Amino acid sequence: MMEAPLSLRLGAETLTAPFPPLLAEAEHLAEAVIVGDHGRRRAGMGDTFWQYRAAQNHDEIRSIDWRRSARSDAQFIQDKEWQIAQTILMWVDQSASMSFTSLKNGTTKRARARTLALATAILLLRGGERVGLTGNQLPPRRGEVQVTQMATMLSKDNTEDFGTPDATGMLSNSRTLLVSDFMGNLAGIETAMARAADSNVRGAMIQILDPAEEAFPFDGRTIFESMSGTIQHETLKARDLRDRYLDRLAHRKDRLASLASQAGWQFHTHHTSTPAASALLWIYTALERRA
Amino acid sequence: MINFGPVAFTTPWLLLGLLILPILWLLLRAVPPAPIRRRFPGVTLLLGLTDNTSQTDRTPWWLLLLRLIAIATIITAFSGPVFNPNEETPSNGPLLILVDGTWADAHDWPLRINRIGATLSKAARNGRTAALVMLTDLPPEAPIFKDAQTVQQRVSTLQPYPYAPNVEALNDWTDSLIGTFDTFWISDGLARDSRPALLAALETHGTVTAFESPSPVLGLRTAQLENDNVTVTVLRATTGIETETTVTAIGLDPAGVKRHLSSTIATFGATASHTTATFDLPSELRNRITRFEIQGVRSAGAVTLTDDALKRREVALLAGAIDREALDLLSPLHYLEQALIPTAELIGGTLGDVLLANPEVIILADVATLTVIEADTMLKWVENGGLLVRFAGPLLAASDISRIDQDPLMPVRLRIGGRSIGGAMSWGEPKVLAPFPASSPFFGLTIPKDVEITAQVMAQPDPTLAQRVIAQLADGTPLVTRKSAGTGSIVLFHVTANAEWSTLPLSGLFVQMLERLAVSTRPSAPTVEGLIGTTWMPQDVLDAFGELSRADTLPNVDGEAIATATPSAIMLPGLYVGEDRSIAINVIEGNNVLTRAVWPAHIAVQGLDVVRETLLKGWLLAIALIIITTDIFASLALSGRLRNAPVTIMVTALFTLMIVPQAKAQNDNFAIAATANVMLAYVVTGDIQIDEMSDAGLYGLSNTLFQRTSIEPAIPVGIDLEADELAFFPFIYWPITAEQQLPTRETYAKLNRYLRSGGMILFDTRDADLARFGSSSPEGRKLQEIARGLDIPALEPIPQDHILTRTFYLLQNFPGRYPSRDVWVESAPADVNLSEGMPFRDLNDGVTPVVIGGNDWAAAWATDRQGNPLVPIGRGMAGERQREIALRFGVNLIMHVLTGNYKSDQVHVPALLERLSQ
Repeated sequence: MMEAPLSLRLGAETLTAPFPPLLAEAEHLAEAVIVGDHGRRRAGMGDTFWQYRAAQNHDEIRSIDWRRSARSDAQFIQDKEWQIAQTILMWVDQSASMSFTSLKNGTTKRARARTLALATAILLLRGGERVGLTGNQLPPRRGEVQVTQMATMLSKDNTEDFGTPDATGMLSNSRTLLVSDFMGNLAGIETAMARAADSNVRGAMIQILDPAEEAFPFDGRTIFESMSGTIQHETLKARDLRDRYLDRLAHRKDRLASLASQAGWQFHTHHTSTPAASALLWIYTALERRA
Repeated sequence: MINFGPVAFTTPWLLLGLLILPILWLLLRAVPPAPIRRRFPGVTLLLGLTDNTSQTDRTPWWLLLLRLIAIATIITAFSGPVFNPNEETPSNGPLLILVDGTWADAHDWPLRINRIGATLSKAARNGRTAALVMLTDLPPEAPIFKDAQTVQQRVSTLQPYPYAPNVEALNDWTDSLIGTFDTFWISDGLARDSRPALLAALETHGTVTAFESPSPVLGLRTAQLENDNVTVTVLRATTGIETETTVTAIGLDPAGVKRHLSSTIATFGATASHTTATFDLPSELRNRITRFEIQGVRSAGAVTLTDDALKRREVALLAGAIDREALDLLSPLHYLEQALIPTAELIGGTLGDVLLANPEVIILADVATLTVIEADTMLKWVENGGLLVRFAGPLLAASDISRIDQDPLMPVRLRIGGRSIGGAMSWGEPKVLAPFPASSPFFGLTIPKDVEITAQVMAQPDPTLAQRVIAQLADGTPLVTRKSAGTGSIVLFHVTANAEWSTLPLSGLFVQMLERLAVSTRPSAPTVEGLIGTTWMPQDVLDAFGELSRADTLPNVDGEAIATATPSAIMLPGLYVGEDRSIAINVIEGNNVLTRAVWPAHIAVQGLDVVRETLLKGWLLAIALIIITTDIFASLALSGRLRNAPVTIMVTALFTLMIVPQAKAQNDNFAIAATANVMLAYVVTGDIQIDEMSDAGLYGLSNTLFQRTSIEPAIPVGIDLEADELAFFPFIYWPITAEQQLPTRETYAKLNRYLRSGGMILFDTRDADLARFGSSSPEGRKLQEIARGLDIPALEPIPQDHILTRTFYLLQNFPGRYPSRDVWVESAPADVNLSEGMPFRDLNDGVTPVVIGGNDWAAAWATDRQGNPLVPIGRGMAGERQREIALRFGVNLIMHVLTGNYKSDQVHVPALLERLSQ
């Protein structure tokens, strides 16, 4: 399903509207931090004046603002506004399995994943962060143009059955957002997570699932096929498989959650039948969280 | 045929097919239901999961059993199972099946046909020859016995006839019988004189078995008129139990649709063989009845047709507008009413109401002009067979009707004025009538000597005049003229209907003339002498089942046959039309009764119902179909397809498909609001500016009334003439715009009703600054167009002593925004003169239905909701004075609408006081 970049962006902008600019917490490691001109509305490193405060014991004497202190008996320190930009990379699963839907309104997992990713990107860009896609597809940049380019990149479908997270192009100490149904081989995900953990990348994994995948409402003699038809499984009594399928699904979710927690990531499962805003809220808080 | 207990099989070898069932069992077991292919991303999680049980790769045993039962049922069905097979000892020799074939057979004719069919099939199986004879349709020769199968082909075409067997023909046929044969006599159950002789003759040829239906034979005698009630006698042949029958009167409704007009329950006593059903109906309904039926009995005997004997003619009487102030001692209708009341139903009312009742005759006494719509409707009514009788009079003589061109509703053209003869100021003697010519409908009536004509309207000499005259005076001037229009006719008496112009209405001749004109004819029963030599045309005839059919193709019937009133093959029961009347010939003649046929003891009498062979094939196939349908659903359920959305939706839709009746809520709020208070109304023209001005004007006027008088109106409303009821409003202000739509026909009827019932409309052309009344401003022309369809009386400019000048304020001017004096109201009767010493004429007339002017009163009255005037009137104080006078005119107008001529009657107060004091 090819979604026009414009309509994708429109959907994402609509979803973004109620949120305050999302600002990812900047890690203080010097290499990855690029000081930007966007204040964080709190005291910290930066060029612009933030506030005067009374000098504390731990303050160095050289940081005392003498001009201000001379007007009274106490010593004052001039705080600057904290201006740091964070880099966030995203990976959105474009594979065929994401094109599944069982809903009346036809919302596919893919459409939901794209909308969420782009909405997050818009929020972050508004907050002055640098946003890009993994796999060296779209290097992290800031500005409105990035939204357009990202929308274009996200509108390209992939024909392979299941997606594997692309860990290349991840900047160390950056943040990463993975959006997928995580139905493919777990080995690929594990590898990617390991690489991410090596370069001290933190982030969030959001699993998008269709209600049918959670409920397994099938019955009778059925041949199940993957979306491209390459993988098949035949059963004579689909209802009997339900419990075991649900067990396996729960197991997989557990596995993903433990993978995430080991690497210091956040994990969440989102269903296409629920409103996208709840998922966006979750991403907002997940990326806000300090490591 | 092989028998198993009560069931036999016609083609038993087909049952061998049951042997394939075990093979089918094996085959069906091996074929599992086809899988569904589903796209599902979660398939990776399923890989490696195996099914726990392996039972569903084979069809489940119960489904197999279901299918096998279905197939077994089908095989059994096609092997021809018969329940209760008829196995009787065959008798041989020819068989004569005798059917009465009268109307009394008709109510259970299919049963009789079945019985004949069963008898013939049995005869065919036994190899007997048979013959089928119907007594109402006798063959010319003795019965010819043929193969029973051949005879059977005739059975389905057999139809009963609505008359009894002809006795002479029956005797001839009985004499021609030869040989030996058995007889089945399918009897209609009624006793007849010819029956014993025939039975005796048949018994000489072989055994006779009779078949009789147990269901009772019912009949209706011809309906009679007794004391304004219609009574119908119901007859029955079998007595013994108390039963109820419902008799229904059927006729055409005003729309020409056949309907049940009324029904009555007639109860037979236990031993009674007849009872009467009485219908108390209004004459309008009674005249519509075409026949009576016993409900639920399909037989010509249970139907009785009505003819003219049941009808009383409906005559509508209408007089011209009575606008004289003098007491009405000489009602133009008095003599007509006296002459017609004994023999006809009289109808009064407005012409519109009268035409709805569709009377036979309308009499217009001195009515000169009709509105265009009324004339059109009237002409249509005449052309559809109505008789219009008009009488002359002063109004007709004074009007211009039929003066230059012949009016379609007048038989002749009239000369101006008419003539007076034999009076104090004229020469000559009063004229007498000339003997009626042979071509006249009055031919043969004796003319009393004292009938004298002193005044009449004169016909214009004309080429067609001579043939239209049906009565003339001794000097040859026409007195009564007539012309035909369509299928009806129009008659004009050139004198009045009362004794003012002639003594004709005082004489018996008047009544006879009306009778001859078929105004008041009450047809008497036809006598045999009167019928001899006449010819009657069948219009509708009955078949044995009581159904009417057109009889266009049947030959005419002589009066002698009609006189006997006995239906036969040449004279079917039905409605026969003669020259000026119709006669109904019914199946049950005169006072005949129905008697049950009595059979000698040695004759075996059987009922109609026999134990029939029942073929089970259809039932078995139906069962198989149900099983197969069940199988479809079971298979769907097994393969998981039953939960598919489309199937579920379809099934749900089938069950939930219900028609929810929509209750139409009637909104009475408008009526309640309009009648809670006095409310002034204006016509919504569609021009927003004008409508707002009308609203503001009536608001201002309402306010003024509230402040100054005891009239306390509510907020005025705009009304839509098409949709809203007008009767709630005493007064309607109608501003005329050039763009206004003409009202529709229904709206005109509504407006005319409103005007006649005392409502008032103030027409305002709002152009008095530009045009004089009646001159051609666009609004004036529109008003003329609108008024053409309205029933507006003669008008005159408001006279100085008109009641409008003094109902509340004393006024002589009626200005609005413009001070024109052209305001028109209904004109006063011409014969009222100013008495000496009185300031105004003594006019005790009703409210003028219209006031017409162009002064744009609404603008002068208009105020906003705070009471500030909206439109400047005139200049300075003079303008304010003009506004005040306009408001006063409004107050006077509403006072006039609500109190009528109360102020005019005040003139009598001194006289009354004086009388009281004495």
